[in-house]
Amino acid sequence: MIRFILLQNRQGKTRLAKYYVPLEDSEKHKVEYEVHRLVVNRDPKFTNFVEFRTHKVIYRRYAGLFFSLCVDITDNELAYLECIHLFVEILDHFFSNVCELDLVFNFHKVLVYLILDEFILAGELQETSKRAIIERMGELEKLE
Amino acid sequence: MNPFSSGTRLRDMIRAIRACKTAAEERAVVRKECAAIRAAINENDQDYRHRNLAKLMFIHMLGYPTHFGQMECLKLIASPGFPEKRIGYLGLMLLLDERQEVLMLVTNSVKQDLNHTNQYIVGLALCALGNICSAEMARDLAPEVERLLQFRDPNIRKKAALCSIRIIKKVPDLAENFINPVAALLKEKHHGVLITGVQLCTDLCKVSPEALEYFRKKCTDGLVRTLRDLVNSPYAPEYDIAGITDPFLHIRLLKLLRVLGRGDADASDSMNDILAQVATKTESNKNAGNAILYECVETIMSIEDNGGLRVLAINILGRFLSNRDNNIRYVALNMLMRAITVDAQAVQRHRATILECVKDSDASIRKRALELVYLLVNESNVKPLTKELVDYLEVSDQDFKGDLTAKVCSIIEKFSPEKSWYIDQMLKVLTEAGNFVKDEVWHALVVVISNASDLHGYTVRALFRALQTTAEQESLVRVAVWCIGEYGDLLVSNAGMLNVEDPITVTESDAVDIVESAIKRHASDLTTKSMALIALLKLSSRFPSCSGRIKDIVVQHKGSLVLELQQRSLEFNSIIEKHQNIRSALVERMPVLDEATFGGRRASSLPNTVSTSSGTAVKLPNGVAKPSAAPLVDLLDLSDDVPAPSSSGGDFLQDLLGVNLPPATQSEGTNQTPKAGTDVLLDLLSIGSTPAQDNNLSTPDILSSGQDNKPIIASLDLLAAPSNMMDLLDGLGPAPPKPAENGPAYPSIVAFESSSLRLTFNFSKQPGNPQTTMISGSFTNLSSNLFTDFVFQAAVPKFLQLHLDPASGNSLPASGNGTITQSLKVTNSQHGKKPLVMRLRIAYKVDGKDVLEEGQINNFPRDL
Repeated sequence: MIRFILLQNRQGKTRLAKYYVPLEDSEKHKVEYEVHRLVVNRDPKFTNFVEFRTHKVIYRRYAGLFFSLCVDITDNELAYLECIHLFVEILDHFFSNVCELDLVFNFHKVLVYLILDEFILAGELQETSKRAIIERMGELEKLE
Repeated sequence: MNPFSSGTRLRDMIRAIRACKTAAEERAVVRKECAAIRAAINENDQDYRHRNLAKLMFIHMLGYPTHFGQMECLKLIASPGFPEKRIGYLGLMLLLDERQEVLMLVTNSVKQDLNHTNQYIVGLALCALGNICSAEMARDLAPEVERLLQFRDPNIRKKAALCSIRIIKKVPDLAENFINPVAALLKEKHHGVLITGVQLCTDLCKVSPEALEYFRKKCTDGLVRTLRDLVNSPYAPEYDIAGITDPFLHIRLLKLLRVLGRGDADASDSMNDILAQVATKTESNKNAGNAILYECVETIMSIEDNGGLRVLAINILGRFLSNRDNNIRYVALNMLMRAITVDAQAVQRHRATILECVKDSDASIRKRALELVYLLVNESNVKPLTKELVDYLEVSDQDFKGDLTAKVCSIIEKFSPEKSWYIDQMLKVLTEAGNFVKDEVWHALVVVISNASDLHGYTVRALFRALQTTAEQESLVRVAVWCIGEYGDLLVSNAGMLNVEDPITVTESDAVDIVESAIKRHASDLTTKSMALIALLKLSSRFPSCSGRIKDIVVQHKGSLVLELQQRSLEFNSIIEKHQNIRSALVERMPVLDEATFGGRRASSLPNTVSTSSGTAVKLPNGVAKPSAAPLVDLLDLSDDVPAPSSSGGDFLQDLLGVNLPPATQSEGTNQTPKAGTDVLLDLLSIGSTPAQDNNLSTPDILSSGQDNKPIIASLDLLAAPSNMMDLLDGLGPAPPKPAENGPAYPSIVAFESSSLRLTFNFSKQPGNPQTTMISGSFTNLSSNLFTDFVFQAAVPKFLQLHLDPASGNSLPASGNGTITQSLKVTNSQHGKKPLVMRLRIAYKVDGKDVLEEGQINNFPRDL
């Protein structure tokens, strides 16, 4: 099960944070800080999996953004790497060559959260087809 | 327009915040915005509610408190329109979590939305519910969600499925209700619904054993078929990733099969084929393929045994291990740890590769590999493995050294085949990483060293050499200092050389040098310095010639601000100066520490109250400083009435020595506990004489300081060539050598004569004591060279008791220009039946060269 998803830039600013487990605000900030520290200093040749408290964090860097997923210790890391990649592909499709600023400014359409909610729910994968998600987003847009 | 009115568009606010140059500026902007939003909330402003909440969410993400917005979310959710609801639910998920009581207020709205006609709104509600519902909400809304599992729209069905996962996690009792709907979901064709259904099924089985049974019986075959169809399916562009159709679904199905097959032979059987197919046919050049293989291997390892499949799995892992991608290697190492329990042999084959991984540059891989290596060690491969690990210790990172050292020490201890190997390896570890070695480990090393008596010489020389090259590792310094103190004489005399050793000449002053440098080191802490002081005391007894210099060193700490050092310094100084008679007895060789006792003690967390300085916690306080009896009495565990300075230490030492003195033997002079101590010492060293007899010999108070004219020699440093039984404690029966007064006179004899030396004996007996003979021996140097370091030793058969007084000197001038005299006392228990015999050993130096002369004296007068 995914415990939280974080998108952070190199300086540590969180661009997207979605938690599937309850945490106090102060705890959330601590977690974000720690994960950032863990992830930003790692050599790119190293594995994409780091141990974090009693779970593990699977991360990947795309340009200036770190996509981090915190999962249970028993989960299949390679699968979640694929998961991250699929998410990035969907975002890419939406914003055509998505970059960090897109995520920041389109927050107001809360687009990114919407996409995420169609992709993952309750810490588990909801849909594996890019096309299906994009279609769905299109339908939701029409309602606005 | 006022940029900070509630009418500010989100985009503008974002821009304003980004334009801030300092944190203080940003805080100011955010504060203004929050104030505006709060005002708008109070006014119940409808129009901009949507926008305000969006702003609030952004501010929340920046890290500012936003509790005042929570009620806004509720109001938005209650609004009829989709956009408002959407923002409201989003705000709900971001700003609240299940622990807030406010959440309860939403239950009703959510319930209504779940029954809404607009399926998008239903979707919103399900989403929010699935992410943050609490246990009460779950219970309330479970029936709705159940119903939705059969909704016509697949999007709703899949959301409902995931929402149910959360519900059964929060309220496991409700699991039964979901079993039937889920069985239907598993037959779906739509991938999204299928994958969510599979996930729900997995979690159901984890939560409820009945569900597990049900699914195992009814659905295993169906699932196997589904997986087979998936594997064999043609290219489907919608789900294709790296040439594989929907790898996520593959993985989820494999996981569910694992849960169903574990512990059940039938289910496992039905999966064998498909597992084999997946394992062999999946492409492994892309991450997606590897992810599937990984899951497949996990499943094979968990279900019931099938030899062929297991071999297949381990081969896949072997391939992973040699993959260049770090991720794959990490994953393989992880799995191998689990595979060891299943098939250790197969894993051993990959030992070399795993060892390489220990040296990898990636910390995660190193850690995993080290744990795996630790599990792989057994008696046959311990030596090469340890060698590799110790070699790596030299080049490893500081933060890794601690882990590595602990594991290496543990391996060495558990699997060491012989003592010399153990000592060697531990020395290497101490030299490299002594600072990371825990106290128990080097304590255990000391225990082993003291037990390996044939290796004492080798050990102390190796330690000396190690200390000369590197002196930064604290534990190494401590162990070395202890050994040099104990076995310094072996160090100097090169005793017990093993074949593999290079010869090394160490003089006494070298040994003292190195202990002195240990004290002077800045980095030495209290334990090391205290141990060094005791070692010096021991050396001052073993190397009498250095005594003066040692005294100077010890005295330097007289004014130390640390109580322990000051105390030791003063007391040792006093021993060296004034109590030479008992000094040697105090610092005689430690009795062998019992490994079993120490092993047991260590396991039960030895209390550190035994001694003040932690370094000597596990060791008997050798030569406890006070010349008074009490501490030494504790050492020998005697009376209960003597107040022990460290009472818990007393118990411990009592156990250690296993000496339980019955009160009876303490009867003689209980107020003079030293005397009883002597008895016990006798017992301990099995002199073989009863206390009664000893009294005849006017047992001296070994520890009483009043009798300075009682020279006591303790040549406990056993001769390398011990012949017959010799009094271990020669020091125990010294009556002052009384000149032959009124006993019968006996002729003197030339006991021994060689080309360069002559020894003459004069005899006398005390009246009334026919068994005891006083002998006064005098040595004459017949050569023209000066003899230095003159030492005379004698040994007698069992029926005789011998006592040697110290010689008058140890240098013999040439050509008979002076003599050395030495007194002996012999007691013949077979007086009258057997004559005296004695073997001699005389050692001296001529021009720095050692000379040894030996002989036997058979020409004693008959009736001695």
